[in-house]
Amino acid sequence: MSEDLQHERLVYLEAVSKIYPSAQGNVYAVRDLNLDVRSGEFYSLLGSSGSGKTTTLRLIGGFEIPETGRVFISGEEVTWQPPYRRNVHTVFQNYALFPHLSVAQNVAYPLSVAGVARAEIAQRVGESLAMFRLDGLGERRPNQLSGGQQQRVALARALIDRPKVLLLDEPLSALDAQIREQVRQELRELQRRTQLTFIYVTHDQEEALALSDRIAVMNQGRVEQIGSPQEIYDRPTSQFVAQFIGKANFLAGTVQEVGKEFAVVDVRGVSLQADPGNSTLATGAAMTLMIRPERFQMGKYSTAQNQIAGKIESKTYVGQLVEYQVSTPLGTLKVAQLSGRGDYAIQAPIQLAWNASDCQVIPPPAQP
Amino acid sequence: MRSGVIDKPLASARPQPKPRLLAAWTVGVYAFLYLPILVLIAMSFNDSKILALPFKGWTGAWYRLALNDQALRNSLLNSLQVAAAATGLATLLGLLAAFAIYRYAFFGKNTFRIAVTLPILLPGVVTGVAMLAYFSDLGFDLSLGTVILGHLVFGLPVAMGPILARLGQFPQALEEAAYDLGALPRQVFFGVVFPYIRSAVFSGALLAFTLSFDEVVVTIFLTGRENTLPMEIWARLRTDITPEIAAASTFVLLVSTAFVLLNQWVSARE
Repeated sequence: MSEDLQHERLVYLEAVSKIYPSAQGNVYAVRDLNLDVRSGEFYSLLGSSGSGKTTTLRLIGGFEIPETGRVFISGEEVTWQPPYRRNVHTVFQNYALFPHLSVAQNVAYPLSVAGVARAEIAQRVGESLAMFRLDGLGERRPNQLSGGQQQRVALARALIDRPKVLLLDEPLSALDAQIREQVRQELRELQRRTQLTFIYVTHDQEEALALSDRIAVMNQGRVEQIGSPQEIYDRPTSQFVAQFIGKANFLAGTVQEVGKEFAVVDVRGVSLQADPGNSTLATGAAMTLMIRPERFQMGKYSTAQNQIAGKIESKTYVGQLVEYQVSTPLGTLKVAQLSGRGDYAIQAPIQLAWNASDCQVIPPPAQP
Repeated sequence: MRSGVIDKPLASARPQPKPRLLAAWTVGVYAFLYLPILVLIAMSFNDSKILALPFKGWTGAWYRLALNDQALRNSLLNSLQVAAAATGLATLLGLLAAFAIYRYAFFGKNTFRIAVTLPILLPGVVTGVAMLAYFSDLGFDLSLGTVILGHLVFGLPVAMGPILARLGQFPQALEEAAYDLGALPRQVFFGVVFPYIRSAVFSGALLAFTLSFDEVVVTIFLTGRENTLPMEIWARLRTDITPEIAAASTFVLLVSTAFVLLNQWVSARE
């Protein structure tokens, strides 16, 4: 494999399946999964529990061996390699710090098992503790640290021998909500600074959107969509992804006319202009439109391509936003507006407007 | 005053009769259990030629005699050797068996576990007779070696028990983390798993040692010409019954008690 390609595909999963036998027969934890993670990328595996995201991480870490398919790290096949032969380290969900070792000994662990000289270990551990704001805590035991400190020890330990890839298994889930956002920020900065490849497993869409260069949304052992946070949010390629990330309105309609830029779609007798995205549309075909609640403009004069009259049914104040349910000829729509931008009473008539580019065509599910 | 009423302890508000009968019963039970041992200790200091009461005055002579008694000294040495060897083997095999049960799924695992544990429940007579017949079929000469094997039979489950229990609490993630960070299987065992179960290994070994050190029944069947200390004491009871035996027995009691206390201390430190 050439240098360039190696750089492109640091971690590569080729048609990988992992099967668990169960009473109901074989269950695919991961099915025909293809994944390629580029060097220096912050890559998230996002999905609910049972989606196969943790199994995927364990396949890369070497804790699971796939039934079919192959796993590559830096162009080398590692499908059958045990974890200690792979140049990847994991930050576990509950950090898995060694309770009988001090903080410094924990951080030194990868170096000591590799037989690095004592003097060098001491120096590198000292640097690492300083870098992770753990100075003065080296002699403590893990159970004498706060959750945030434990997490930094786990990171320091996993990074001290400079692995090619860092795997993170929901590393923020064990932290208090107050410090979670701060630690999230630190993680992002750490990844930027070190230029390391992070593969990050989470069920929290906000975390994935805030941190990632690319996200793979997983569902039932398969990848639903891979893309940048913005692509995933703005152009979901399936109804599952659109529903899983953020809130969405779905409108079922038929294609009336396929234009150069936009398509005209009939929804309950109303003609709407929509962005076909990457899907090729045929006139007369049934399809689904998606509109994000915050993309509606309310009340004021607008030049947007789509406009409709409605009536406010209910209203929920959630601080930053006000969420409305608006009944329209298209059905009841979820609409979100920044709070403090005009107040609408329940039952008030309202004009909704939105751009064709905010009206996304969701391709029908692929035939398996 | 409101607070005064609340602060008043319940017992003083309604005095209860002191449970004198219960106290007397308790004292009775403990006396039944421990009085014979106290009497034995007392007799070991008794300035009398026979192993009997009444108490005729203090003397340390029986201890001096016991310490200078070559046969007793030899048997003590034998006992220590047997206990040490049986404990070492039992702990090593117990560790391996516990690991096999903890780590692997294999055919007949439950049967294996029961088969290893069962000798604790088997009467010593059964173990002794069975092994005696077995060794004589194999043409083994009876010796301290056969005694060690006999003690190993009940020492193994005793050593394995605490190790298996502790392994059950071992967080699997620690092992995965060690592998993940580059440790070889050997390094994972000695650096991560063993430190976690160390106190259980030690505790099981102490228990096995204590049981072996004062074991008589199995030893009767399996020993050759050489005697262990409890065997020597038992043998002498038939010939010369002097307070020297009480002194030797008190010594055995002391060793056993020390080991039990040590075991308590090790477990408490966890």
